[in-house]
Amino acid sequence: MRLKRILSSRWAKVTVFALCLVPALLLVWKGFTGGLGANPIEYITHATGDWILRFLCITLSVTPLRKILGLPELIRFRRMLGLFAFFYACLHFLIWFVLDKFFDWGEIAKDVVKRPFITAGFTAFVLLIPLAVTSTKGWIRRMGGKRWQMLHRLIYVSAIAGVVHYYWLVKSDIRLPVMYGVIIFVLLAYRLIASLMKGRGLMPRTAGVQAGERV
Amino acid sequence: MLIKRSPDIRPSEITPKHLYLNRRAFLAGLPLAGAAFAAGNARAAEKLSGITKSPLSTTEKITPMNDVTHYNNYYEFGTGKEQPAQLAQKLKTSPWTVKVEGAVDKPQVFDMDAIMKMAPLEERIYRHRCVERWSIVVPWIGFPLSALIKKVEPTDKAKYVAFQTLLDRGIMLSESSAGIPLPYVEGLRMDEAMHPLAILCVGMYDEALPKQDGAPVRLIVPWKYGFKSVKSIVKIKFVEKQPPTTWNMTNAHEYGFYSNVNPEVDHPRWSQGSERRLGEFFMRKTVKFNGYGDQVAQLYAGMDLRKNY
Repeated sequence: MRLKRILSSRWAKVTVFALCLVPALLLVWKGFTGGLGANPIEYITHATGDWILRFLCITLSVTPLRKILGLPELIRFRRMLGLFAFFYACLHFLIWFVLDKFFDWGEIAKDVVKRPFITAGFTAFVLLIPLAVTSTKGWIRRMGGKRWQMLHRLIYVSAIAGVVHYYWLVKSDIRLPVMYGVIIFVLLAYRLIASLMKGRGLMPRTAGVQAGERV
Repeated sequence: MLIKRSPDIRPSEITPKHLYLNRRAFLAGLPLAGAAFAAGNARAAEKLSGITKSPLSTTEKITPMNDVTHYNNYYEFGTGKEQPAQLAQKLKTSPWTVKVEGAVDKPQVFDMDAIMKMAPLEERIYRHRCVERWSIVVPWIGFPLSALIKKVEPTDKAKYVAFQTLLDRGIMLSESSAGIPLPYVEGLRMDEAMHPLAILCVGMYDEALPKQDGAPVRLIVPWKYGFKSVKSIVKIKFVEKQPPTTWNMTNAHEYGFYSNVNPEVDHPRWSQGSERRLGEFFMRKTVKFNGYGDQVAQLYAGMDLRKNY
């Protein structure tokens, strides 16, 4: 199949990588051309925040899409997509850390403890760190597939914390945070149902499952 | 004998082509028409004349007008910051009347003409601090709210003033989309309303108020968070009891009746200790009563500002 060949090619990965960088490059371009509006720092904070949730959703969609579309090749992109979620999370965090708090550790600690919306966002970010660190093949081998898989289920906790963070931030218009919440809920529900069905032998375990692969 | 020939110029010859074309698109109900119309009409504001400078103005750097007109909270016209600049262009500001009623001896309906002539117009360059931790410096044009209050002669029962924004469901977002109950209502205590810093504002940057900034007439109370400075006022009512206010109805835990700028009283979800002045890179410290403490602190003497947030 042609699509399968394209997905397996070296260029596919390079293309996806370049595409994932587009939002960041767009922000840089807008920054130089005055396209970030009256409050540029708020703009880039919100934009990077949005892209974290989008990348988390895309990353979590890989497995369901792979199975539904019968395209196991999609797995090649999952780690990169997850790492891009982390990349945008780092940008988002640094903007807050430097441009909002300006390295004021006292203020930062107070905010993290006292402000539920920051507690949630901070939690979401911190939880992504071990996942990014252990994303390599070497770590999968060292940890063993089962344990690695357990650890990487933290992505759900992180994604949910991220949505809560967004929900608590907005003053009244909750449509976007709710939308992300629904998407993540559906992706989580798919896995729960899939694993239940598999438990009852309704769904054969896919042959050739790689070590450390999530359900 | 001078015989004047009646002009037979077609409207299409007067109106710039891009404007009437946009108007047609607007009438056709195309979704983007509003935006196109806004873009075409953005600089049609009239210059105001005879404005005097006020000693109450700050000497701080004025925020560029383009920022003040493209970074708005006007939820009736969109919850995004740049939406009101487009969607509020549907607002019809002429004719416009403000009904003043309640506990007054002389209830009246003022048209915009009467409001423009109510008192000498002054330029008041004020700091404006939003509850969302951003701030701007704006050269508002208006006159003390007290001028209007004196005209209608409040009775002893007038303890508070309630303000109401226009509600036009045909051009505004629904309550569920805006996320707040409508019409937008606000209120002040009588002594706050009589304070010389509180103004009825009809313009900014030497021009009539842009629609997204609350045309044709709005309130400005510079020592309170921006949402207290209600836009596009159609009704002012003098009442005995503290009137309901929109954000307090939406979330009483987070937005109080007083809503004075106060770095010591945090918003439940974020610190109010600092703010970002639009155009600046780093945050700056927020000052109590937005820096107007010398003038207004005595209004709240003996009050617990934590309780009365």
